[in-house]
Amino acid sequence: MNAFKWRANIGGALHDQKIGILLSSPRIDQPRQQESAMPFGNTHNTLKMKFSASEEYPDLSKHNNHMAKVLTPALYERLRSKETPSGFTLDDVIQTGVDNPGHPYIMTVGIVAGDEETYEVFKELLDPVIEDRHGGYKPTDKHKTDLNPANLKGGDDLDPKYVLSSRVRTGRSIRGFCLPPHCSRGERRAVEKMSVEALDSLSGDLKGKYYALKNMTDAEQQQLIDDHFLFDKPVSPLLLASGMARDWPDGRGIWHNDTKTFLVWVNEEDHLRVISMQNGGNMKEVFNRFCTGLTKIETLFKEKGTEFMWNEHLGYVLTCPSNLGTGLRAGVHVKIPNMSKHPKFEEVLKRLRLQKRGTGGVDTAAVGGTFDISNADRLGFSEVELVQMVVDGVKLLVEMEKKLEKGQGIDDLIPAQK
Amino acid sequence: MPFGNTHNNFKLNFDVDLEYPDLTKHNNHMAKVLTKDIYAKLRDKQTPSGFTLDDIIQTGVDNPGHPFIMTVGCVAGDEESYEVFKDLLDPIISDRHGGYKPTDKHKTDLNFENLKGGDDLDPNYVLSSRVRTGRSIKGYTLPPHNSRGERRAVERLSVEALNTLDGEFKGKYYPLNKMTDAEQEQLINDHFLFDKPVSPLLLAAGMARDWPDARGIWHNEAKSFLVWVNEEDHLRVISMEKGGNMKEVFRRFCVGLNRIEETFKKHNHGFMWNEHLGYVLTCPSNLGTGLRGGVHVKLPKLSTHAKFEEILTRLRLQKRGTGGVDTASVGGVFDISNADRLGSSEVEQVQLVVDGVKLMVEMEKKLEKGEAIDSMIPAQK
Repeated sequence: MNAFKWRANIGGALHDQKIGILLSSPRIDQPRQQESAMPFGNTHNTLKMKFSASEEYPDLSKHNNHMAKVLTPALYERLRSKETPSGFTLDDVIQTGVDNPGHPYIMTVGIVAGDEETYEVFKELLDPVIEDRHGGYKPTDKHKTDLNPANLKGGDDLDPKYVLSSRVRTGRSIRGFCLPPHCSRGERRAVEKMSVEALDSLSGDLKGKYYALKNMTDAEQQQLIDDHFLFDKPVSPLLLASGMARDWPDGRGIWHNDTKTFLVWVNEEDHLRVISMQNGGNMKEVFNRFCTGLTKIETLFKEKGTEFMWNEHLGYVLTCPSNLGTGLRAGVHVKIPNMSKHPKFEEVLKRLRLQKRGTGGVDTAAVGGTFDISNADRLGFSEVELVQMVVDGVKLLVEMEKKLEKGQGIDDLIPAQK
Repeated sequence: MPFGNTHNNFKLNFDVDLEYPDLTKHNNHMAKVLTKDIYAKLRDKQTPSGFTLDDIIQTGVDNPGHPFIMTVGCVAGDEESYEVFKDLLDPIISDRHGGYKPTDKHKTDLNFENLKGGDDLDPNYVLSSRVRTGRSIKGYTLPPHNSRGERRAVERLSVEALNTLDGEFKGKYYPLNKMTDAEQEQLINDHFLFDKPVSPLLLAAGMARDWPDARGIWHNEAKSFLVWVNEEDHLRVISMEKGGNMKEVFRRFCVGLNRIEETFKKHNHGFMWNEHLGYVLTCPSNLGTGLRGGVHVKLPKLSTHAKFEEILTRLRLQKRGTGGVDTASVGGVFDISNADRLGSSEVEQVQLVVDGVKLMVEMEKKLEKGEAIDSMIPAQK
């Protein structure tokens, strides 16, 4: 692929900068121009303005998601004429929430960001949604990032008879590019190329290989399925409705290290999803590798003049508002058949700030008493703090399971609200 | 253009090579036509409502092929799509519609009296008869592109027009988002209900947005004339009944359609139509008449005959399963309909169905008796 030109409208003047794949991109020292200073408008959005706000306002009467709780007709009216510098509009932000009234297991967000500026241009909608979703997080709050694995206490001794596997994942967005709901093929391919170049320079136990989805051989595909690494074209209507499956499988792929413990998804729901995982209960080692790998990748990107989307209020900026902050989900697959049937199970989880899912992921139910238990929070706590909650919480849950096995009570073990 | 298209202009920062889709594994009309040069030429254009090249082709990029049919891989977002993007759409139209040229003129004939015969297809074989078409309301964008406001306006105008129909056409509108369980059950039993599209062809083109807002079904009391509002087109108009009286089905079709068009015109809304493309619809495959006239017919012997496909081709007919375009046939019962849409009139296309099906039923009867049909094989129509 050849170099592409980047035109940045900085300070009113147009700069033409040739950008090779990992040469310097425009450093965003200043905030992006607001839409009022844009030289262009958005034809389609402008056409819709001919209809009154009430004619365009979606019917949310049967809806139950964060967007529907917040988006009043008045708010719709105030925001509908706006767009981000890349042309993402209010209707683009909310389409997935309009098309998907609810979900059987989880309270969905109903909103996606199309670029970094979405969170600013549409803050009147996104701030209340963020507050509702992230435990009262205020527009003035600051988020703390801590990727120092030495700060994690314990976590190397979760009982492998109960804790079958441990995993930590997060997402990262590359500053200057639109996000999966909105990006063009050119942007997506550029993100892929930059990511693969960075990943290819990893060494030691992180040394690995990239498998582009569209060039995969049958043998490679089978191996990745057997390893539980392969991600497929999204089927979730939540993702499809927001446009994240466009042009599939172009620009998508999976990178993993030779030992199959560190894995990166390129251009699925976020630019990058970074995953560290292994069988058994050594969360400490999983988190160690996670932090080391992530930090190395970020350094490599910075050396080439690009960086991740991050700010001190929202932390790491990702496609879904539910993943802001750390974007981190640390979890285990753990056998708790007795505990999970206990009447206080949900209450215990809530107090530990943990969440349960089925072992197939977010849209599944549990099978055979084995649950995916992970941190419920993303924003307002650091990475170390969240993984600490998982480590401490799962340790406690396993103790409770063992007590219940012996027919003993667990009332004295029930924790206070963290 | 007083306004630009921010997002499309943003993409122009990237080279054609970076933006041009990978069509190496694709087999649809769009992929056959869209060279990198054409992509380069058209990528900075937009229609007055802001529909762009990538919008046109998205469904074709996302859906490389289909097991039963050669898909188009393109949709229009508004009437002007066919003009602004003619460098892409004209070759596709030509390929899809038997060599139809950019200078050709299309003939509209909705005078049912011009149909010969069609009232005597053997009901022992012909189980049901149906004619459908689509209509787009001028001045509004099409289902891949329209906003909620536009869709609701199309619904309002359509329901107002339909509610003025009387006599055999007197009927009622059932909006999808207000349907009671009882109404829904009845409409399913009548085979009238259309559901949120599941076809990836339609989903990728954005036609299911905001479902079920402003979608609905109108039908007359006799349940023989039916209109779908805001599914794949603004309006789909359907006339149907059991048995083989295609003449009556077509009469009702023409009369009803003409009444609806008159009502729309009285309110200063015409249908999208021009003398080159005929009726303008969302999918280029439906241009011209937008008409599919067909029957469900039992042809267990003929359908397994070696010359079945050849006969269909010569008769200018096409087969589908009885579940519609994405299905296979069951028990030897086929949906047989006209293959053409553009370049021949409504009467001509229904005539082909009437004559062709009559012939195939005769062939079936011969094969039942163990007789050969070689002498009956028709010339290419």
